Amino acid sequence: MDVGRDLVSGVYVLGAGMHPWGKWGRPFQEYGVAAARAALADAGLHWTDVQFLVGADTIRNGYPGFVAGATFAQALGWTGARIASCYAACASGAQALDIARARVLAGLCDVALVVGADTTPKGFFTPVGGDRPDDPDWLRFRLLGATNPAYFALYARRRMALYGETGEDFAAVKVKNAHAGSLNPNARYRSRVTTADVLASPMVTDPLRLMDICATSDGGAALVIASEAFARRHGMAGAVRIAAVSTVTPTFPNTAVELPVIATDSSASVPPPERDFRASIAHEAYAEAGLGPEDLSLAEVYDLSTALELDWYEDIGLCPRGEAAKLIHSGETALGGRLPVNPSGGLASFGEAIPAQALAQVCELTWQLRGAAGARQVTGATAGLAANQGLFGHGSAVLCTA
Amino acid sequence: MLAIEGWFTIEDGLTYLLGTRCATCRTISFPCAAGWCRNPGCGGTDLDVVRLSRRGKVWSYTNACYPPPPPFVAAEPYEPVILAAVELAEEGIIVLGQVAGLTVDDLRVGMDLELTHGPLADGPLVWMWGATS
Ligand SMILES: [Zn+2]
Repeated sequence: MDVGRDLVSGVYVLGAGMHPWGKWGRPFQEYGVAAARAALADAGLHWTDVQFLVGADTIRNGYPGFVAGATFAQALGWTGARIASCYAACASGAQALDIARARVLAGLCDVALVVGADTTPKGFFTPVGGDRPDDPDWLRFRLLGATNPAYFALYARRRMALYGETGEDFAAVKVKNAHAGSLNPNARYRSRVTTADVLASPMVTDPLRLMDICATSDGGAALVIASEAFARRHGMAGAVRIAAVSTVTPTFPNTAVELPVIATDSSASVPPPERDFRASIAHEAYAEAGLGPEDLSLAEVYDLSTALELDWYEDIGLCPRGEAAKLIHSGETALGGRLPVNPSGGLASFGEAIPAQALAQVCELTWQLRGAAGARQVTGATAGLAANQGLFGHGSAVLCTA
Repeated sequence: MLAIEGWFTIEDGLTYLLGTRCATCRTISFPCAAGWCRNPGCGGTDLDVVRLSRRGKVWSYTNACYPPPPPFVAAEPYEPVILAAVELAEEGIIVLGQVAGLTVDDLRVGMDLELTHGPLADGPLVWMWGATS
């Protein structure tokens, strides 16, 4: 659907802020408030200037996690601002941004704050507790012992079978992202690694090893966005522009083995759509922005596993199917290459703080497009795409331009 | 005892997955769709319970080198869980299952597997993919 194209005139990122990723063991709202205050300071605004706040929900931390908007508003100090909260798993941050953008575009507010933060337990993500046989997320653990990394491993093995890729190919992604992450003060993992390090790490879910799989982290990210008129009034007409936000869901029949389902839709009576789900996520963003992969200077993609980053190269149109390994080995997606992917260091260097992660991707786009990314700077960056996919069929892609 | 009711059945020692087929558009759903067809272009409400093909081709596979967390109940000592995603040609559907009697070294993408069943560590039976008979 191209309905949004004419409407999406001007929404701008005035401020970006993060709380460093790590395993800090503090309540999630502390990270969220730190990120929000950093984003507000970056925008030169005060919390009392914000008319609308959207919180991206975390679900593992009890009651406050479900009401993130109010939790952050209270923690920042009640101002009477309108709020919203939303949950879309890993895509929560992008969906929160989309909600804020829609309110700005509708003329219902001039300036909005979007916040996501999480604090995570050790080990695998697990479903909400209790005996819940109606919940596919509960069932896949109960019946199959199918963790999130197990799904990533299925995709990785499929690539090996179709394209002849190897553990060395996957390791190249980790080596690249660890190098970028070593230059990012907000990243949790700051050490460089070698292919040999990745291949020596223990096998977790064949063919993926520990260093192929992203960790779970604590962290917070926030964005201040505003209308074009507001940006101009505040002397920020040159701010980074949000050219598209894609929050698509799959189209029937969804033939991807999608987390957390146990079976795909059937393609026996209705043929699969032209683009599979992951490819449709970026496609919708390109269509809304009127841009294509050839216009990108950089991309942030959701590298839940090393092999999944290779899937994304093809899904966002950087190369034809089956040629992602060739692309990573060419160096084009590394810092200094033609189109760096995950110049932030990606999930490989951050670990995943679910409701914050899609916002963290947009923070990186913002800094890169301002030319303020320091040692990670992509020279002359003019357009960046952040792509992400959340459990239960939540797609998200954000396209920003300088 | 079955680990979940209505998803599979065992008759004369043979295991069958149970799905629904829409009487209007013939779309298959697994697990069974309740109430209405999941093809958004159909809207049919007449759904018949059917047995799915017992054989399919491996779409992909993996294992769990460490015990999965609850609500999975891991055997002690832990035996690595093997998982396969198996494509049923006639139904146009991929179904995940644990694998019985084979390791990742025995599996290949594209090989045929056949439906069987086996116990979870705490007793109830679940469908599993196994070698063809
Ligand atoms: Zn139907």
